[in-house]
Amino acid sequence: MEYFLQQLINGITLGAIYGLIAIGYTMVYGIIGMINFAHGDIYMLGAFFALIAYLAATTMGGGSVAFGLMAALLATMLFTSLWGWAVERLAYRPLRGAPRLAPLISAIGMSIVLQNFTQLTQGARVKPLQPVIHGGVTLLKANGFAVSLSWLQITIVLVTVALMLVFTWVITRTPLGRAQRATEQDMKMAALLGVNVDRVISTTFVIGAALASVAGLMVTLYYGVIDFYIGFLAGIKAFTAAVLGGIGSLPGAMLGGLAIGLIEALWSGYFSIEYKDVAAFSILVLVLLFRPSGLLGRPEVEKI
Amino acid sequence: MATAPADPAPPLKDAVIDAALAGLVAAALALPMLGFHLEDGTTSLTLSPHLPRVGLAALVVAGGRLGLTLARRGLAARRAGRPGRLARLGGRLSGTRLWVGWAMLLFAAVLPLLPFADRNLIDKATMVLIYVMLGWGLNVVVGLAGLLDLGFVAFYAVGAYSYALLAHYFGLSFWACLPLAGLLAAAFGLTLGFPVLRLRGDYLAIVTLGFGEIVRVVLVNWGDLTGGPNGLGGIPRPTLFGLRFAAYAPPGHHTFAQFFGLRFSPEHRIVFLYFLILILASVTNLVTLRLRRLPIGRAWEALREDEIACRSLGLNPTTVKLSAFATGAMCAGFAGSFFATRQGFISPESFTFMESAVILAIVVLGGMGSQIGVVLAALLLVGLPEWFRELQQYRMLAFGAALVLIMLWRPSGLLSGRAPTIRLGERT
Repeated sequence: MEYFLQQLINGITLGAIYGLIAIGYTMVYGIIGMINFAHGDIYMLGAFFALIAYLAATTMGGGSVAFGLMAALLATMLFTSLWGWAVERLAYRPLRGAPRLAPLISAIGMSIVLQNFTQLTQGARVKPLQPVIHGGVTLLKANGFAVSLSWLQITIVLVTVALMLVFTWVITRTPLGRAQRATEQDMKMAALLGVNVDRVISTTFVIGAALASVAGLMVTLYYGVIDFYIGFLAGIKAFTAAVLGGIGSLPGAMLGGLAIGLIEALWSGYFSIEYKDVAAFSILVLVLLFRPSGLLGRPEVEKI
Repeated sequence: MATAPADPAPPLKDAVIDAALAGLVAAALALPMLGFHLEDGTTSLTLSPHLPRVGLAALVVAGGRLGLTLARRGLAARRAGRPGRLARLGGRLSGTRLWVGWAMLLFAAVLPLLPFADRNLIDKATMVLIYVMLGWGLNVVVGLAGLLDLGFVAFYAVGAYSYALLAHYFGLSFWACLPLAGLLAAAFGLTLGFPVLRLRGDYLAIVTLGFGEIVRVVLVNWGDLTGGPNGLGGIPRPTLFGLRFAAYAPPGHHTFAQFFGLRFSPEHRIVFLYFLILILASVTNLVTLRLRRLPIGRAWEALREDEIACRSLGLNPTTVKLSAFATGAMCAGFAGSFFATRQGFISPESFTFMESAVILAIVVLGGMGSQIGVVLAALLLVGLPEWFRELQQYRMLAFGAALVLIMLWRPSGLLSGRAPTIRLGERT
């Protein structure tokens, strides 16, 4: 029971991170119907920017952890959003209206470019970071097993919940969110009604990249090691999460992220750590068997 | 009142402002990655600034942008309204496709006899042909049936491992294993096909991607059977009707060189492998071309165009999709067992998602459904990078950038003129 609780906590933390990345996939898919393969690498860039900004800020700010973290958060959100915007502008916007698979290949190309760019500029070796946020609370101790909840885990979950709230507010209550939902429903009609579709799509990529960059920062703090390759697996998992929750659905992305995080944590806790990815994908197939549009996805209505 | 001039702003000024903006953006993009380098210190990471590189990147981008804008203006003025050269070439190729195909096949057949063909070239040509074959196989799934498969490499892996394992545990020969590998891969295609039948479009993509990863993870972790990450070595080489390509044959066997009274040369095997894959690829091409004209091929294309219409005409989408999956998988299985016998060693490293992405890129870049396009794209994406091996790390960077640039340049593929498979009489 204690062990289960501990794995539950770990799973929720992991799921929060996946959920943040998954939002980027699901938003982009919802609006332009494209799998943004480079999104995982945008998240990887976010992790690197956070690490660089944190180191720069702590050397300048005299080693203050709080200052360093704030600087890292702001810097990584800023620069990663810029990269997200630039990728969309360079590789996807010219392909609007092209055959369906053209942006997909372009995105795969971009993903390769971002990975190798990072490897060239920062080297292939893993980048370790000493733990920054220490300590935590012990929830209960029984049978010689202590269930602990670290401050970092609390921070990750709280930050994710806060970002989700802000994000939901943006989507449901602001003019920007309305334009976004309109574009998602019918791009041509939205453009006819005066929505600047190109700008809405750019904003979507910027928001997605900003959320992914926060995930990158949290992963850097949580695991303490990053390398240029982390984007691939995290990207696949987050995409799986988006599909599991029902691609195009925002609460679905969060739910899917949590589900994937929990599956992974529990599977590695109880069965084998090697096959945790197999478990995640098998559950995806099982869910899709019974709900072909994901957990919260709307079933597709075919019009002739 | 002066009337507005036809060309409002002076073009050069606009272009310079635009280029300066691009330079600024580039500087901001480059700042964290190029501007700072993470050094592995003795105790922890340290940062070393390289700010001049950021300025350099900004200058390069601004200069490139300015040059591009000016060049594009000059070009646009000169050939307004004329279709691009490649578009015309594509149109011509699709008209005389048969002729070009035969010419290519003839060239491929005499390639090893040409004076400049050395061992290195034939090796590279063999590699390209493997991808051509894989491309043709995936073309059935993606190009004809319109099912997006991101895990095609799984079937390639199944083919390679089934040959390696059958040879390792049961001592079967290459020729016995080739059909078995194809059948096994097709069986895997069917197994994958069942759960994904109800899915459409991009749900299918993620499931196939996941399937590819599952196969790879199993290969890595099932160490007892597959050798795990270390792979399987000592895979037997193929023979030509029992003739071995080796310096010495065990008693009762002949080597190829002995039988024909030639001096032994390791190049014989290279050339033999080249012809083997050429034949395999040609058969794949022939079969897929013929299948397109059979009812099942028509059904694939019809399903791609409109699933509802297919259902209402009595086609069963289940069998149609499954047959496309199985056919594509079988091609990959053949290619996989050839790959295993050529390398003599296989490991899960060779079957990563990257390979699936390359094969898919070959199909899409070639122009979906175009057989010759696949050949061109394979030459471009597999053959060309082989020549630039010295560039090391820059090679993959250039590869990724090339994927993006080619896609931007030809969004519907190099040869996109899709020839209709059936015509309702000639209109005059």
